[in-house]
Amino acid sequence: MLREAPPANWWAGPGVPGGSLAAGSVPALFRVLHCPPPKQEVREASPTVSPGDTSVLAGVYGPAEVKVSKEIFNKATLEVILRPKIGLPGVAEKSRERLIRNTCEAVVLGTLHPRTSITVVLQVISDAGSLLACCLNAACMALVDAGVPMRALFCGVTCALNSDGTLVLDPTAKQEKEARAVLTFALDSVERKLLMSTTKGLYSDAELQQCLAAAQAASQHIFRFYRESLQRRYSKS
Amino acid sequence: MKETPLSNCERRFLLRAIEEKKRLDGRQTYDYRNIKISFGTDYGCCIVELGKTRVLGQVSCELVSPKLNRATEGILFFNLELSQMAAPAFEPGRQSDLLVKLNRLLERCLRNSKCIDTESLCVVAGEKVWQIRVDLHLLNHDGNIIDAASIAAIVALCHFRRPDVSVQGDEVTLYTPEERDPVPLSIHHMPICVSFAFFQQGTYLLVDPNEREERVMDGLLVIAMNKHREICTIQSSGGIMLLKDQVLRCSKIAGVKVLEITELIQKALENDQKVRKEGGKFGFAESIASQRITAFKMEKAPIDTSDVEEKAEEIIAEAEPPSEVVSNPVLWTPGTAQIGEGIENSWGDLEDSEKEEEDEDGTDEAIILDSLKMDTGVEVSNIGSQDAPIVLSDSEEEEMIILEPDKNPKKIRTQTISAKQEKAPSKKPVKKRKKKRAAN
Repeated sequence: MLREAPPANWWAGPGVPGGSLAAGSVPALFRVLHCPPPKQEVREASPTVSPGDTSVLAGVYGPAEVKVSKEIFNKATLEVILRPKIGLPGVAEKSRERLIRNTCEAVVLGTLHPRTSITVVLQVISDAGSLLACCLNAACMALVDAGVPMRALFCGVTCALNSDGTLVLDPTAKQEKEARAVLTFALDSVERKLLMSTTKGLYSDAELQQCLAAAQAASQHIFRFYRESLQRRYSKS
Repeated sequence: MKETPLSNCERRFLLRAIEEKKRLDGRQTYDYRNIKISFGTDYGCCIVELGKTRVLGQVSCELVSPKLNRATEGILFFNLELSQMAAPAFEPGRQSDLLVKLNRLLERCLRNSKCIDTESLCVVAGEKVWQIRVDLHLLNHDGNIIDAASIAAIVALCHFRRPDVSVQGDEVTLYTPEERDPVPLSIHHMPICVSFAFFQQGTYLLVDPNEREERVMDGLLVIAMNKHREICTIQSSGGIMLLKDQVLRCSKIAGVKVLEITELIQKALENDQKVRKEGGKFGFAESIASQRITAFKMEKAPIDTSDVEEKAEEIIAEAEPPSEVVSNPVLWTPGTAQIGEGIENSWGDLEDSEKEEEDEDGTDEAIILDSLKMDTGVEVSNIGSQDAPIVLSDSEEEEMIILEPDKNPKKIRTQTISAKQEKAPSKKPVKKRKKKRAAN
């Protein structure tokens, strides 16, 4: 969602002290976000949320019948399936699935539908960086569109820390590769609190807090996007 | 999730409609649904929509060593996936009969028809060839998967560009897209599958059956053909008997359909090429927003991250300092170690009793030694064998490392060494005696 550091004169907000730009806080940009309507078929929901060139197609089934082996007697069984674009799902996909599932479980009110299954299917359409954040956003939109009761909405934000200490929100694949550390957070919409975090690389605790604060600022944009796209989606009834 | 079964009345209704030459979506017998082809930002990525059936195709390549019996041929690999995304009845990670059948048909249609020049994929004969992998993902299932998949596969292959390579002597250089323009695959022809559904033992025929029609059909005939009217594959399934005339008629229809589809594909490819050349916006993300009214698009938005540092500092200042980390392991009793905080373990008691046992063992040895001392020279032959158990017990002692409380490993090591040294003299008397006896 975010581009590289824009030229200095480009960003001339009142809140930017001259020195802090050099010190490493780069105003970040969100790339384009999309939310097309789901197809009106058997499926409950299938929006794609695509920050810039990264797009993920999401579908939600449920609450529906559950296999006896997977049944949980007092809440719904949440399943997340992430399908890569090339090849068969491997360890990386399994680990992402788990991260997304844990995030969803934190917000979905599963106790309202005991002994059922809620399946979230995610298909990577194109990966141009910040894939996990995009998957999280797509999963959330799909759950909302399917009418699954949730405690709060959630969104995913990826931050990259460059070797010179600059912070890039929503890095592209190239930026992610060059970055010293890549941090992905899931934040909830009510208290803007952290639901999930996964990081790669080296960073200090101060940098972690910086990234988190930046992610919180970015999450407002994503939640506004959620709201507006859902308004648009249900405007045509 | 299980598939919802088709009720009897639905089945009857569908069949009666077909008898009356009517289709639920208002098509005529020989009509195809709308075909839409869109391309992604990467090369070799496309989505083909056939009505509501959607297939995502992605081609990727890799340099591998060739198969032993085909040293100069590249490798083509097709993989169609029926994910749960398409329909809830498709289970993930299971090779259903339908999936196997579709994959096999696809391979026959595209690989065995030799539509791709595999010899041009050879870089160094017998050493390096390109492996082209075609991944097809069904995104939505509304019948006639094979037609949509075959179109998606051939479109993705036509759209794909592989990195350029050069061979100089033994050196193979791979060029990035920035260095040299990627090269397209050489494609001889474009085979496309056309499906015909038969009803009432072949009395009625429909082209491009949708999901409902597929459920009530008796048999299916798939003809893969290229625009030169060459049949690449023909497969009849469902166990219906077809007359020669029927098959011939179908192949004629297939010829017309294939011609139309090929034209459409070429137009789509040209369009994409033009857009890319002009530097315009392309990719799915671009096409989605403009297509649908209910789609929402948010342009990139700047996010003010200037106060991030101050906020972070505030949080860190407010937060309690992290508790001191105990980095050195604590040894409560010999043989145990504890890292971090927690209750003291009770393993120490056990260790003590073991230690006592060990001590007892030591006294036993002493007894043996004593008895040996009392032995007379008559039992010379026995001494050798009795010597062995003592040596054995010695080696056991050496292996065991006893951790003493509050002592670093270095000291422990020296201790064990000293223990060895202590034991060494106990051995000596025995040997000495041996020598003595030998002298006797």
